[in-house]
Amino acid sequence: MEEYRLELRNVSKTFGEVKALEDISFQLGRNEVVGLLGDNGAGKSTLIKLITGYYQPTSGEIYFNGQKVDHLTVPKARELGVETVYQERALAELQTLWRNIFLGRELVNRWGLLDVNTMRLETYRLMTQSMGFTSSAVNPESRVGSFSGGEKQGVAIVRALYFDAEIIILDEPTMGLSLKETAKLVNFVRDIKKAGKSAIFIDHNILHVYNVADRVVVIDRGRVAGQFLTKDINLETLMDKMIRVAETGNLD
Amino acid sequence: MSSQTNSVTSTASQPYKEPFRLSRFARTYGTQLGILGVFFTLWLIFIISAPNTFLAPQIYNAFMSTIPFFAMMAIPLTMVVIAGEMDLCFPSTMAMGMVAFILTYNATTSVALAFIAALLAGILIGWFNGLIVVRFGIPSLVATIGTQFLWRGAVLVLTQGVNGSLIYAKQSFLHPILVGKIGGSFPTQMIWLVAIAILGWVLLNRHKFGAHIYLIGDNVKSAELMGINVGRTRIMAFVLLGLVAAFAGVVTSLHVSFFWPSLGEGYLMRTLASVFLGGTSVFGGTGTILGTFIGAFIIGAIEAATVAVGLTGFWTQFIYGLIIVLSVIMHVYLRKRTE
Repeated sequence: MEEYRLELRNVSKTFGEVKALEDISFQLGRNEVVGLLGDNGAGKSTLIKLITGYYQPTSGEIYFNGQKVDHLTVPKARELGVETVYQERALAELQTLWRNIFLGRELVNRWGLLDVNTMRLETYRLMTQSMGFTSSAVNPESRVGSFSGGEKQGVAIVRALYFDAEIIILDEPTMGLSLKETAKLVNFVRDIKKAGKSAIFIDHNILHVYNVADRVVVIDRGRVAGQFLTKDINLETLMDKMIRVAETGNLD
Repeated sequence: MSSQTNSVTSTASQPYKEPFRLSRFARTYGTQLGILGVFFTLWLIFIISAPNTFLAPQIYNAFMSTIPFFAMMAIPLTMVVIAGEMDLCFPSTMAMGMVAFILTYNATTSVALAFIAALLAGILIGWFNGLIVVRFGIPSLVATIGTQFLWRGAVLVLTQGVNGSLIYAKQSFLHPILVGKIGGSFPTQMIWLVAIAILGWVLLNRHKFGAHIYLIGDNVKSAELMGINVGRTRIMAFVLLGLVAAFAGVVTSLHVSFFWPSLGEGYLMRTLASVFLGGTSVFGGTGTILGTFIGAFIIGAIEAATVAVGLTGFWTQFIYGLIIVLSVIMHVYLRKRTE
């Protein structure tokens, strides 16, 4: 049997009376980009938060590299190589750029004291080499709240990449971006693929997902409604199916 | 923390050097410069209007003797407020720590054990506050209004409202260490205040704990998403305040060698005012130790200054209020300008 980078088996999640996810089985292969499609409230974000350890599943099992992981927490998921670019970007806007890059995994010595110099240096390197920030107004000591939407997204993405992630999750990454910034982002997802890593890509825009994903998984009302390899389906058919699913809850 | 640092070894190809820019300096240290400005302006006004008092060393020795009693607590309170929380319980913690001190001394006649018992009581009360806030999700303002009454009540029940002399502690080793006079005049509690302030600064600005305090106060959702143990960090902040409050309680009581069950009641507003005067935002996410330190000295000096300047003591509160309101407006203005 092929060993998946990540696998969810029969996972359900309920919040009180509400069934957010029901009996989800999901696989992410090695070096695969999977697009997650679904209407608002279909359960995409809940699924992501299960994978990142933010929520624990009500039932079902999660496997990383064929190994079952119980009680997945956020630090544990990050240790396993899961990095996420959240819809809400998860930035602390009053704090400086370098503090945001190392948010939650500060470089520290054994007394817990911060290695501020290395963090500033690395931030500067990432800024100039990966983020492409050239504006002199942006430096490691800048407060993130003063950045543009695209710059903030850049911070969130670079942060995800810095820590040698194996699985990169992008939750609505094109939200609030300009056309140019969106094109940059799509290229960035292609780079993840080229670098031999895996990614889960969520977006409202089917076109973006179709262009970069190897496979799309359609989620509707907390269930997997179906999945297609992008090479086996054309964009028009996929769009028709998405509309049908939203109306009837059925793909065909 | 198991940060993966493998890519860190490939340090920057070009060295990062920040050119000095006045505008950026002002932006980064805006609120601290603001409060320093207020401080020196007030000082100048005091010196001009009462030169005999404010050009003599005695008044400064008096300030350094009494201001540390509440300024010490303002340091960890700053952290609590930066984390987006509030604590009104610490005056009762001061008294409860002293009750633990006295009960332990009565049982063991050991001042050292009594001192340890006081600090332990402070830690426990802080931990209890944090637990109520974190585990039961009660807003800290509400929770600590409750525990403030609870521990003050416990003090009254345990002491039956009776005050007592601590003259026995005056001969002990603790007295010169905590409230001695170096060279016959310099109060040691000032050294403790400076030590706590420096430790607080390191913890807040150069330690993982402080980084997480700022993040939680700034955006608790992203702190959670990024895997920070939000609950433990908040509890820790309350524990630190409890510990320092108990310590301040011992220092304050030994200074006068006397215990009143009402110990700490006069310090609530002064300590809070020091924090907010120093530029810490009530919404969390921003604040500095230096600001609080300066704020405490402004608060502590106003009382003596109003009298020295020739106004009656009745003016004190009015001037307190005026300076606090004006400073807080200044901070909001500076924060908007520097964002």
